[in-house]
Amino acid sequence: MISLADALAMVALVGLIAYALLGGADFGGGLWDILASGPRTARQRVLIERSIAPVWEANHVWLILVIVLLFSGFPPAFSAMSIALHIPLTLMLIGIVLRGAAFTFRQYDPERKKSEILWGRVFALSSIIAPFFLGVCLASITQGSIRVSNGIPTTGFFWPWIGWFQFSVGLFAVALFAFLAAVYLTLETDDRELQDDFRIRALISGAVVGFFALVTGLLASEHAQEFQGKLLSSWWTWPLQIGTGLAAIGAFASLWHREYRLARFLAATQVSLILVGWASSQHPFLIYPDIRIAEAAAPDSTLRLLLIALSAGVFVLFPSLYWLFRIFKSGKTRSV
Amino acid sequence: MDNILFARWQMGISLVFHIIFACIGIAMPLMMVISEYLWHKTQDNDFLLLTKAWAKGTAVFFAVGAVSGTVLSFELGLLFPEFMRHAGGVIGMPFSLEGFAFFTEGIFLGIYLYGWDRISKRMHLFAGIIVAISGASSAVFVIMANAWMNTPTGFRLENGVFTDVDPIAAMLNPSSLHLISHMLLAAYMATGFAVAAIHAYVLLKFPNSGFHKKALAISLFLTVPCAVLQPAVGHFAGMQVAKNQPMKLAAMESQFKTEKGAPLRIGGIPDAKTRTTSFAIEIPGGLSFLANGDFGSEVKGLEEFPETDWPHEAVHYAFQFMVALGSYLLFISLWAALTWVRKGWTDYGRKFLIAAVIGGPMGFLAMEFGWIVTEMGRQPWVIYNIMRTSDSVTPMPGLFVPMTVFTLIYLALGVTVISILRRHVKASPVYAERTKEGA
Repeated sequence: MISLADALAMVALVGLIAYALLGGADFGGGLWDILASGPRTARQRVLIERSIAPVWEANHVWLILVIVLLFSGFPPAFSAMSIALHIPLTLMLIGIVLRGAAFTFRQYDPERKKSEILWGRVFALSSIIAPFFLGVCLASITQGSIRVSNGIPTTGFFWPWIGWFQFSVGLFAVALFAFLAAVYLTLETDDRELQDDFRIRALISGAVVGFFALVTGLLASEHAQEFQGKLLSSWWTWPLQIGTGLAAIGAFASLWHREYRLARFLAATQVSLILVGWASSQHPFLIYPDIRIAEAAAPDSTLRLLLIALSAGVFVLFPSLYWLFRIFKSGKTRSV
Repeated sequence: MDNILFARWQMGISLVFHIIFACIGIAMPLMMVISEYLWHKTQDNDFLLLTKAWAKGTAVFFAVGAVSGTVLSFELGLLFPEFMRHAGGVIGMPFSLEGFAFFTEGIFLGIYLYGWDRISKRMHLFAGIIVAISGASSAVFVIMANAWMNTPTGFRLENGVFTDVDPIAAMLNPSSLHLISHMLLAAYMATGFAVAAIHAYVLLKFPNSGFHKKALAISLFLTVPCAVLQPAVGHFAGMQVAKNQPMKLAAMESQFKTEKGAPLRIGGIPDAKTRTTSFAIEIPGGLSFLANGDFGSEVKGLEEFPETDWPHEAVHYAFQFMVALGSYLLFISLWAALTWVRKGWTDYGRKFLIAAVIGGPMGFLAMEFGWIVTEMGRQPWVIYNIMRTSDSVTPMPGLFVPMTVFTLIYLALGVTVISILRRHVKASPVYAERTKEGA
């Protein structure tokens, strides 16, 4: 029987995957905004803005859900992370605040021409900063650089998150989100040329993702050996690794053949499997090696109520999300 | 200043900032829905234009509210990790429900703002109603968590560990009801009066603009009943505070001595050294009546509590300012109600318009002062009588830096939002028409 704490941790993982697939892609959009180039520069930006605008706030809430589940379900883990990762979390928050604000300011300024360039830059840069530090934080709780005794981190405020492994995971996250965004954007327009712009971008960023996956893997063998050992030696690892690899190759091939719907499905699968693999290797730890899921869990009365509320909430949430995406993402694209 | 003060300042500035945007996110959808409904009923195009104009403003405020709210949920841990380590399991429930409410609000606001020509008129209005409801529910849940900090229930304390946790009992703590009702009314009042002031200002320049008359009428329609109800709810809140947090009440009223028939002080300068409050207008027995419903009853003074625990004097001043500002808004509201009876919904005299413009920022100011009373009055406790704020603060050194950074960011965002709002007002009908004529 699976414990309440594990069940809640799994829900949090689902939330994190949803955030990566949806909110992550919105960050990726910011990167493509600053990298917009060629004869269709302006139209690329309009496409990105139009695709993100109706959904980014809803997509962003997945992160809030994850963090709320973390502090309700696993308060000591949340507390320890907040202390040890104070600086990268704060930098991520600054990225999140500036991204959302700048995007909206640019879009809603009635005298847009005056401020467009400034807000565009802030939007793009903060779209890179936020996922980078999200990746850094995830790497830090995996690597074993945070040691906790009696609930208080003892490893200081810099050492836990400054390191090649953490930074490479940060860049990996940025690349992954850029890849997702480019793949999704091919489906946001009927304009063949614009589609091709983002097809090329998806292919390039896909290659960059592969590069950073390799670098991260190599660094893990030195800096996160326990994590890597588990990732490479558990029974579930090969089906998962092969699945991830196949999804990646499949996404590439379908992009090549302009099968964008399939590419979107496979890219999303690839990202989900990466996170599933990460979480499986992380299990049973929330912060390796001192904080375990079971020990950090809130009282059962809380966990049970949380799970009941989550199950009930799903009945409101999923139909609403379905309606939102049906309205704005059902393939009825308009010319840019 | 030391770390605890930096942490409290950062939390305070984050809340002071976020609350404004959160309230607008609660109240504007209701006003938009009323306006859109009137458009359906009357087919008057002004209402459609008004709904869309308000929606544009709301989009900006909602976005800033969403991201600043995210900062707060992290800051609970970044600044007060010991608090979250112990309390997370008890008050996580309302935060999770708030997460769902906020999710729903975000989804339907997306549909509302961008779905004008993609869904039917009826479904569009429905989406707006959901936004208004979920916005108010978010507030309800978050305030429950805050109320618990003031009057913690739903657990047993054993050697400093919370056991027998009952999250539902924690949500239904004795402060929830009055804080929620006081705050929801305040949200509608603050937003409604601010919007009324903007349209009143335009009407002073263009007295015949039907568009702005209707806008003013809707905002007053929402806010006048709230302003009239608020004193009663405030009285109820005062009685609850007297019962559950007597030290806070004593600080609000600068009641140093425990006495029977304690007077209600209007204004006044408290002096902790001599334990007296001078220059106040005193209404004999008033505080006793407000606290206990009996002019002769006993009210506990600050002397009952260790002086080192007394809340800052600012609580007294903030409370006085809140009541004063609220009274002014009540006065405008009665004036507006009188106008409705005598001249109908849309015709307001010049004097009233000036009074409404002056009242514009007062709702938000009163609300901020009210929060200062609630939260500074809770000090030195983060969980009332259980955990001290100073014991919950992060060991992270150098909090001066993030405090400064967030203060500057929020200042910059505040200035930008106001300047964008001004441009929106300038793009509204009348201004737009006049520009056309001039061209």
